[in-house]
Amino acid sequence: MRYTYYPGCSLESAAKAYDISLRTVFRLLGHELNELEDWNCCGSTAYTSVAETTALAVCARNLALAEQQGVDLVAPCSACYTVLNKTDRFLREQPELRSKVAEALGEAGLSYKGNLRIRHPLDVLMNDVGLDAIALKTTQRLEGVKVAPYYGCQIVRPERSFDDREVPMLLDEMLSSLGATVVDYAMKVRCCGGMLMTTVDDVALKLCSELLQCAVDSGADVIATTCPLCQINLEAYQDQINRRFKTKIRIPVVFFTQLLGLALGASRAEVALDSQLIPFEPALAPLAEAVHV
Amino acid sequence: MATAVAVEGVGRMETAEHELRRAFLAEVEEIPGGKRISRCLQCGTCTGSCPVSYAMDLSPRELIARFRAGDIQSILSSRTIWICASCYSCTTRCPAGIKVTDIIYALKRMALARGIRPSRYPTFAVAESFLDQVNRYGRMNEPRFMLGFYRRAGFGRAFKAMPMAVRMFFKGRIGIKASRIKGLDSLRKIMRRAEQLEIGVEHEVTGEIAPVGYGVVAARPPRAFPAASARTQA
Repeated sequence: MRYTYYPGCSLESAAKAYDISLRTVFRLLGHELNELEDWNCCGSTAYTSVAETTALAVCARNLALAEQQGVDLVAPCSACYTVLNKTDRFLREQPELRSKVAEALGEAGLSYKGNLRIRHPLDVLMNDVGLDAIALKTTQRLEGVKVAPYYGCQIVRPERSFDDREVPMLLDEMLSSLGATVVDYAMKVRCCGGMLMTTVDDVALKLCSELLQCAVDSGADVIATTCPLCQINLEAYQDQINRRFKTKIRIPVVFFTQLLGLALGASRAEVALDSQLIPFEPALAPLAEAVHV
Repeated sequence: MATAVAVEGVGRMETAEHELRRAFLAEVEEIPGGKRISRCLQCGTCTGSCPVSYAMDLSPRELIARFRAGDIQSILSSRTIWICASCYSCTTRCPAGIKVTDIIYALKRMALARGIRPSRYPTFAVAESFLDQVNRYGRMNEPRFMLGFYRRAGFGRAFKAMPMAVRMFFKGRIGIKASRIKGLDSLRKIMRRAEQLEIGVEHEVTGEIAPVGYGVVAARPPRAFPAASARTQA
């Protein structure tokens, strides 16, 4: 299958590992990801807080460009995924906004007709590619790796979801099919705080500490995320959290595509393992002899 | 001297509050399903589902109750709207289908447009720095965005983040080079046109928002949020 790829701004810097591992996974599975030519920022949640019509118009430029490609658009960042989907829905459901945005897009000679599906790679990998095809290409099962799947907020809520909103299971199913031990923990869709880590860090640090502690208490050795912001919040602030809450949490946080890539036989570099702040080789100890550590 | 007008279902209301109500309802109309706000049962599912309601001064349930009671002023000067992390738990669970998260976005827009910039809740700094990035490059360059944020919110915050930033840098996760999109001119044309079509742009803003204790130093004179395209000359 062929897809248009919308990396989003985070995947150009802090979440490079997500970009690299996602491209690797699609290549190894034999599916095509074509980066959307000259995409712009989706506007994220910040733009919506200031100006609604402009936020929608900025985002809609991407929808208009992607629609011309004629295939589904894959957006790995949860915020992009939600904002792109939300823009699409607002334009479909609110005729007034649609005509305003159409007028704005017209300034650049663009138009959006509403014939685009915006999808998360987890959806594509589970529902288009499928576990059978993934199993056929799996060369390194993740036996013994204890992983806590973390969905975060924005891929299960609020837009048309490809999984249950309260108890999503697709990531659980993918990881256990790869041989990993998926721990059962209560906070897989609990919020990490998002941008609050920047604005009101007291609140975000508490949310993250609860989440991390819950994963550790459930016996996880690694957390698998689907979102660049969740990944940073959960991985990069563990020192601060430990100082503040007098805990000793140290758990690697990776993108689910990094684990999938390893299972498909990718090398360390092909899933950008070196970019982890907290190395996750210890979690891979069961496979130590097979993965080139 | 406060003047008052009669509002159906609420009673007599100060003119300033009445203006806020009109602006708010205009925002709500633009949200798909926004009008469902009138169906609120005051059940509290939103507050119970909210992972950050413990830190709010007005719970999400109370926020809707205050709107009904004709007290939008107190909502705009609450810390609640800045603490919402937009996780959408309330929106997903509301039995009346109320788009609580989108309504809080609308309230953020109203507050920022009226010059409410609480220094302890610097969402305004995130928003401004972000818009600046989009207008300059068409994309958001994370380190430049963070610098812009610290410049507006105070470099004291940067100090705390330094050790983490240094580690990120050595892991190659801080891309200094900003990638400017080729279609930047056409993106700016889109932005400028959309800004002109924004609701609220033509609104007459009346009345000042009374500051409350936490960090709102002074109520600034009401003014429109500066248009992104007007601010940055790249």
